[in-house]
Amino acid sequence: MARQSAATAAQLAKAPADRDIVRVENAVKHYPAAGGAVVQAVAGVNLQIRRGETLGLVGESGCGKSTLARLITALQPVTSGRVIFNGQDLSRLRGRRLRRVRREMQIIFQDPFASLDPRMTVGDIIAEPLDNFGLARGKERRTRVQELLRLVGLNPNFTNRYPHEFSGGQRQRIGIARALSVSPSFIVCDEPVSALDVSIQAQIINLLQDLQREFQLTYLFIAHDLAVVRHLSDRIAVMYLGKVVEIADRVDIYEHSQHPYTKALLSSIPVPDPVVERDREPMLIKGEIPSPVNPPSGCRFHTRCPIARVPGVCSEVEPELEPHGHRDQEAACHFAGEA
Amino acid sequence: MTEPILRVQDLRTQFFTSRGVVHAVDGVSFHVDPGETVAIVGESGCGKTMTALSILRLVPEPGRIVSGKILFKNRDIVEMDGDEVRNYRGNDVAMIFQDPMTSLNPVTKVGAQIKEAMTAHDRFAPSQAAERVVPLLKRVRVPAAERRISDYPHQFSGGMRQRAMIAMGLANEPSLLIADEPTTALDVTVQAQVIQLLKQLNRELGTAIILITHNTALVASMCQRVIVMYAGRVVEEGPVERIFAHPEHPYTWSLLRSVPRVDEARKGRLVSIRGLPPDLVRLPPGCKFHPRCLFKVDKCMTEEPELEEVGPGQKARCWVKMSTVSEEARSAAQASEISFDVAAEIKKRMRSDARA
Repeated sequence: MARQSAATAAQLAKAPADRDIVRVENAVKHYPAAGGAVVQAVAGVNLQIRRGETLGLVGESGCGKSTLARLITALQPVTSGRVIFNGQDLSRLRGRRLRRVRREMQIIFQDPFASLDPRMTVGDIIAEPLDNFGLARGKERRTRVQELLRLVGLNPNFTNRYPHEFSGGQRQRIGIARALSVSPSFIVCDEPVSALDVSIQAQIINLLQDLQREFQLTYLFIAHDLAVVRHLSDRIAVMYLGKVVEIADRVDIYEHSQHPYTKALLSSIPVPDPVVERDREPMLIKGEIPSPVNPPSGCRFHTRCPIARVPGVCSEVEPELEPHGHRDQEAACHFAGEA
Repeated sequence: MTEPILRVQDLRTQFFTSRGVVHAVDGVSFHVDPGETVAIVGESGCGKTMTALSILRLVPEPGRIVSGKILFKNRDIVEMDGDEVRNYRGNDVAMIFQDPMTSLNPVTKVGAQIKEAMTAHDRFAPSQAAERVVPLLKRVRVPAAERRISDYPHQFSGGMRQRAMIAMGLANEPSLLIADEPTTALDVTVQAQVIQLLKQLNRELGTAIILITHNTALVASMCQRVIVMYAGRVVEEGPVERIFAHPEHPYTWSLLRSVPRVDEARKGRLVSIRGLPPDLVRLPPGCKFHPRCLFKVDKCMTEEPELEEVGPGQKARCWVKMSTVSEEARSAAQASEISFDVAAEIKKRMRSDARA
């Protein structure tokens, strides 16, 4: 405990105000559902994304990870709370200042088939952000598009082709070139490889790593494939039913998981190694994710948790995300580290 | 020696399209022993699903089995007439699909569908079938099975639907279950439950399983033997532990190293396989993998290798073989994805953009 508070204090002293490119402060997002009900897609999230890092965001379907990404990129307004990007509160920005911030943040989408307009040429797709922000015209625009195509490993003469002439992996490269065209500092990768075949996944993962190193990019990497997330991320946040239940660096999250959900999630994943698999005992959790329309009381995980005290503190009091375990690690669990 | 329950011999399944003949399954041979778990792995379009559909005689139009034998307990399925095939399907072999929602009838109660799977195949009398529904659902660990038989599929969650599908597949006690990406559509915690269930059923009932998947971790977790397919052919096969430790085909080697492991925190770069799988209408000459292979020699471009014995129970279709490839040559597979000259150019431009 002493070690931990010392580390936190040292860090606070050291951390300059601009350590974080993104600060999410108690962000809430509600959507209306049928019959006047409310879906609590994001239910009070606090997290920071540090400049130059890859923050992995994982969780099962419906946990709110994609909604959180939309709040961070100002594609959706928060219901309450704040998202601070480069020191500016996104919900207060309008007009030119909002556009300026938007140039800094780009998104690479999951489905390379749905995210490219089939009636636009590849050249126009990649140049669209340049056009939107009035960054390049004529010959300059053409040169830039060709450079970007070469950068992502495509033939620079492909500018007049249409998306349907490309494979899934090539389309994802086009999406990446488009995101890079306006020199963003922050890129949200929303399941960028899950629609691709395995051999192509590796190409795109390596490409994203190379680009990050070369252009000092900050990534928010969202995926349900924990192995891919762990491979790419510096830190990982785990979401469950609209809440961050644990956040830690990529080593501690796996080796010293504090939250029982993190433990279960990570131990659910088989390893491509039959020798390891022979002895691996997954920690199975019962049931499936409850509906975000009517989340459980207290800790949202208590209905499936192997160590919950029910009835008791777990079904009555909602745990806060607080430091537990190692340096830089936080978990929202009354019995953190006991699973 | 036990007699294999399934023996596929030189199977060819083709699709006759306006573009030409698609060689979906192009001379595939393998066997499955009773109670064995065998994986067929490969990427989309490698022929793994078409191999499975051929085994069930369910190849969709405009495709058909053009040659080869599929011997199930020594009866050739390819030669069976309609009645025989119907009797064989469901009774001897069952299949579970990736998406349970599209395979269940949305307007029929789950219990009735499972019962129908039994009565349609005359294995059980209607009264007997009705009695078996609840125990079957219990066997696949559907909670409150007595009550849930009156639910419709939409009232089941994704994981429960997949369990119901498995119950239906097991209804007639088949000796072979073909599972085509049975967990791909499920969340990871539910995935783990379904994998556990399939393993238990294999152990308890002795049902042989063919697992069709692209997920090598699933193969390591569930299967005894693995068959690797590429471009409609078997390129490597053998015991799982042997193949994972000593893959001989460059495709198998790359496939195994192209996915990160969750139990390792960032260990080097992934191996990426350049380019794309071939067009199955116009296959390249020689080894079908040679256009993407980093270790090819001249012969690979003109002559197709045979699937030959390379180790205990292991066969590979390769002229080179990974055991002869040097460490330096292997590291080429982890080369950078970007050109640093282009990156430097773009960075210069970015700096001027930032000033603008």
